[in-house]
Amino acid sequence: MDWQIIVDSLPELIGGMWLTIQITALSVAIGLVIAVPLAILRLHPNPAIWMPVYGFIFFFRGTPLLVQLFLIYYGSGQFSDALQQVGLWILFREAYFCGVLTLTLNTAAYTAEILRGAIQGVPKGEVEAARACGMGGRLLYRRIIMPKAFRLAWPAYTNEVIFLLQATSLVSVITLMDITGVASKIAASTFAFYELYLTAAVMYLILVYGLLAVFKRIEYRLSGHLRAAKDTTTDSQQGPALR
Amino acid sequence: MLDLQGYGPLLLEGFKLTVLVGVSSMALAILLGMVGAWAKVTQLRAVNWAAGVYTTVVRGVPELVLILLVYYGVPTLIQDAATGLGYDLRVNLNPFASGVLTIGFIYGAFSTEVFRGAYLAVPAGQMEAARACGMPRLMAARRILLPQMWRYAIPGLGNVWMVLIKATALISVIELQELMRASQVAAQATRQPFTFYAAAAGLYLVLTIVSMALQQRLESWANRGVQRA
Repeated sequence: MDWQIIVDSLPELIGGMWLTIQITALSVAIGLVIAVPLAILRLHPNPAIWMPVYGFIFFFRGTPLLVQLFLIYYGSGQFSDALQQVGLWILFREAYFCGVLTLTLNTAAYTAEILRGAIQGVPKGEVEAARACGMGGRLLYRRIIMPKAFRLAWPAYTNEVIFLLQATSLVSVITLMDITGVASKIAASTFAFYELYLTAAVMYLILVYGLLAVFKRIEYRLSGHLRAAKDTTTDSQQGPALR
Repeated sequence: MLDLQGYGPLLLEGFKLTVLVGVSSMALAILLGMVGAWAKVTQLRAVNWAAGVYTTVVRGVPELVLILLVYYGVPTLIQDAATGLGYDLRVNLNPFASGVLTIGFIYGAFSTEVFRGAYLAVPAGQMEAARACGMPRLMAARRILLPQMWRYAIPGLGNVWMVLIKATALISVIELQELMRASQVAAQATRQPFTFYAAAAGLYLVLTIVSMALQQRLESWANRGVQRA
């Protein structure tokens, strides 16, 4: 174990960590904004509306993220002329844009599916009560359904965010210098493979469990009204599950 | 519609290899999951602790990093150790073996949680009754515990499989000619990346759809003794 290499590459790795955090935050935020309407449209009674949405969700959940990334980053090259004409090529030739776009669409699909389940899990009585009070349409969604659905979805959404954080490591394959990208670059020039990848692994561990702690804290807050005055039950599942 | 320019067979070969990698890693994951679940519920503290470290660490590190760590890191680690002992050694791992081992190892951690949950879902009285009838521990596990565990485990394992088969695409970064790598080769040769990555996506979707159908059949098989209201 060559500790000196690890120490020397730490500043660069921390720079990579910053990119990892940035890409995760961007994709999670935009993905959530897209996911909410998708989840609502997914439950629309009209097949002409829910079927395309379901197709989108099915595609992004049914194919590997790497394929999606290559499809957007390298695949867009096949249409570079057309994209140039509409002025979008400047965006699509950037690995950063393609990386964030792919991760955003991917997490939007997964999150929409989580939210759909949560919306369906909102007790019927609550919706009926709201309707009886005269609420309907947007007001009903905004005041009753969505707050409840978010609370129900939170544990699954926590997992999704953790998964996305780990999935950002794929952007290193399209030349971005996130934690994995920096580790790979330095490892290839110094041959210190295990030193760097182990350091990268530790950095991800810190990020993942740090984020998990934050999300658990929020979950604790969200369920405040459900807790008895002195409740010591804790979640037995420690660590991220599958999405 | 899709013109694969003679690269169809290559993609199909890759598809087969993807399935092979997937099935082999899943077998390893199930095996590790059973051992891991046992390790988590046994009375031995040290074993509990080791299993806890295994699932905590593996679930917190991206698959890609672990794949790179195993494929590039382990040979250099062995070489460095050998140099330290005064030997000159060159080690190269086979991409297939290291891919299967890594993916199996990662998803073994996830199936550990699945099996642990399934084990806890079977009422303790079942095992006690079997032991009271005079069955040896292993026989009771095989006849009483396992058949009931499958019922609870299969939905979770199906989920693991779905994620696992998509994770096999990552092995393409260590140059194994599975579906993803094959489409990369074809995409570079023909300069039609979109066509070939779309074809790969289509094949992965086929795998997903077939897996979903299979999972449904497996679930009804595992539930064959259960009456529904």
